[in-house]
Amino acid sequence: MTEQIAGRPAAGGAWSKVGAALWRRPWARATLLLTPPLAWFLVIYLAALVMLLITAFWETNPFTNNLEQIWNLQNFAQLFQTPAYRSVILRTVGMAAGVTVADGIIAFPFAYFMARVATRQTRTILYVAILLPLWASYLAKVYAWQLVFTRDGLLNWSLAKVALGPLNLINTNWAVFIAFCYIWLPYMVIPVYAALDRIPGSMIEASQDLGGRTWRTARSVIMPLALPGIVAGSIFTFSLTLGDYITPELLGGTNSVFIGSVAYDNFLSNNIPLGAAMAIVPIAIMVCYLLGARALGAFEDL
Amino acid sequence: MFGQHSNQPRENHPRENHRRVNHLRANYRRENHRRVNHLRANYRRAATGLTVLGAVALLAACGSSGSGGNNGNSGGTPSGGVPTANLPVLKHIGKGEGQLNLIAWAGYLQPEWVKPFEQQTGCQVNAKYANTSDEMVALMANGGGGQYDMVSSSGDADLRIIYGGDARPVNINLIPSWKDFFPQFQSPPFNTVNGVHYGVSLQWGPNVLMYSKKAFKTAPPSWDVIYSKKYKGQITVPDNPIQIADAAVYLKTHDKSLGITDPYELTQPQFNAAVKLLADQKPLLKSYWALASQEISAFKNGDVILGAGWPYQVSALEGAKFPIGSTIPSEGATGWADTWMLASKAPHPNCAYMWMRYISTPKVQAQQAVSYGETPDNKLACAYMNKLQAGSCAQYHANAPATYLNSIALWKTPVATCDNGKPDCMPYSDWVTAWNTQIK
Repeated sequence: MTEQIAGRPAAGGAWSKVGAALWRRPWARATLLLTPPLAWFLVIYLAALVMLLITAFWETNPFTNNLEQIWNLQNFAQLFQTPAYRSVILRTVGMAAGVTVADGIIAFPFAYFMARVATRQTRTILYVAILLPLWASYLAKVYAWQLVFTRDGLLNWSLAKVALGPLNLINTNWAVFIAFCYIWLPYMVIPVYAALDRIPGSMIEASQDLGGRTWRTARSVIMPLALPGIVAGSIFTFSLTLGDYITPELLGGTNSVFIGSVAYDNFLSNNIPLGAAMAIVPIAIMVCYLLGARALGAFEDL
Repeated sequence: MFGQHSNQPRENHPRENHRRVNHLRANYRRENHRRVNHLRANYRRAATGLTVLGAVALLAACGSSGSGGNNGNSGGTPSGGVPTANLPVLKHIGKGEGQLNLIAWAGYLQPEWVKPFEQQTGCQVNAKYANTSDEMVALMANGGGGQYDMVSSSGDADLRIIYGGDARPVNINLIPSWKDFFPQFQSPPFNTVNGVHYGVSLQWGPNVLMYSKKAFKTAPPSWDVIYSKKYKGQITVPDNPIQIADAAVYLKTHDKSLGITDPYELTQPQFNAAVKLLADQKPLLKSYWALASQEISAFKNGDVILGAGWPYQVSALEGAKFPIGSTIPSEGATGWADTWMLASKAPHPNCAYMWMRYISTPKVQAQQAVSYGETPDNKLACAYMNKLQAGSCAQYHANAPATYLNSIALWKTPVATCDNGKPDCMPYSDWVTAWNTQIK
């Protein structure tokens, strides 16, 4: 085939020659096609990430804070040997896990109602309601929670109306937790809804025909089929909480130092190596998390 | 292919059929496999090319950051000399470039004095506000400089910027008002090295104790209140390692046995005592504020009644009609002396010099002093201050700064070598580590 076409007389000048040359060398064709997107990916995306990872093994001049390319593991040693940083890592993982579980508990019944109970119209309304907050600025939402939680804020005003004592939530990790649950909820609802929506009604009927009561059907049919959706949603809520520093900064108190805050503080004050080392921690945690998720079968439908 | 089978009976045996299907499947699979392999090989060759391309880009990135890293002084102490000391200075101010990129403290670039400057010179001021000295040092160094023209940094950041090679010599003769400065601020050691100026001094002032007048009828006489259980959960202090000096100022009076003389030159036991005071303070705090606006809203929302802060927050709260008070308690206070430093790669040097000349004049010095609540460096500013706000010259000690200056310990970068030449002092890097790992 190749020889036949190459043997034909060239139809029109240089372009056809180039075309013919490319046809004869499929690898050149592939290179030409893939270079722009892959170059973008490698240079802009991966190179920046790799540079960050490399920086974690360097150090800074203690006086001027300039970067010095002396290879060592000091930054990681500092992270894992300092009790303060260890508790920052544990606190962050705990917060991410807590937010993920809470969002899962809130999202499942909501998504179930949307997928299997609600009428078409109600479903559309709920869908918009869930997506609407995603269109608002992240900062606006966090500041809104600040207004709710402050001493003279909406929450205490409402509590006073029903004769309940003031609750000082601002500058606590509870405030951070509630705001995180709110902000990341759509990322949990949507994948769980998608998973529940795909379960054929016949399967539930079959379970019932075989004598499965509501609880048994939920446990043995719906849950296993919805699990990939829940795991997919949890990847979002977990990883987004793991890296965030703005919500703790605005709502948190003296015990609200998280992995993101430490990385941010160090980048801001130009201790980039220590910040980079801290930035690697959530990447490592997420790799473990994704491996666990794969073991649970979250990626089988991909 | 089917010729072989044509001798067989017409009706196919199921197993026979099965075999044929399998045969077909295998063929298809083989063909498919070959095609996929072919494609894969192509992609692999393409990928090799791209990997090389990526590696080149990565090396280029490494190379450029490497040269940035070598700019600095690698000794770790300021003894290595200033890398930019021999850069040429501007001989005369030429035509403005139309733009001026400034890094400043909040409140330092108010329209009140920036607008007239823009109209007079045609240099449009682009502001970037920073929250800590560390952030200012980082902004000046980022990307090897070249983005910003000047920074209004404090005495604790200036030398780090200078020895980091991110500031350049300034021709002070081009700034006429400099002659009218109080002598302490003409060539202070924090912005002048070996007689070379790297910027022009600006203003100075104290870090004050802020209190809500709703909770306190009179000003608290001592810093005691922010270390006291009595006000637990109603205090906010800056999220800044230099805060250790505030604890040292307090201990200088309250624990004489430590023998603290300079809150920025702390020996290990003095340092440990200050760190312990702050670690014990943590459970009493509502929050550490990182942005001036956070402290302002914490007071406004009633979340705190006491705070360590800057005069900027005080005037902002006064402007919002909040009953805020501020004081320098009996122990004294830490403070700052700011300088407009010239960046070594300033893209708009003419506008930068015009700015230094403008900001040093008595009238503008007075405007900023009254607006922010600090003391001007120009001694002629006093008369203008009283014109803007009666009594403000005396209020901010612009008439007799020498005695007032003694009550304020101006920010400077803590270094390992104490003033007496002994290497017993805790360097700033240890302050940062203690702040992040033992206090917070």
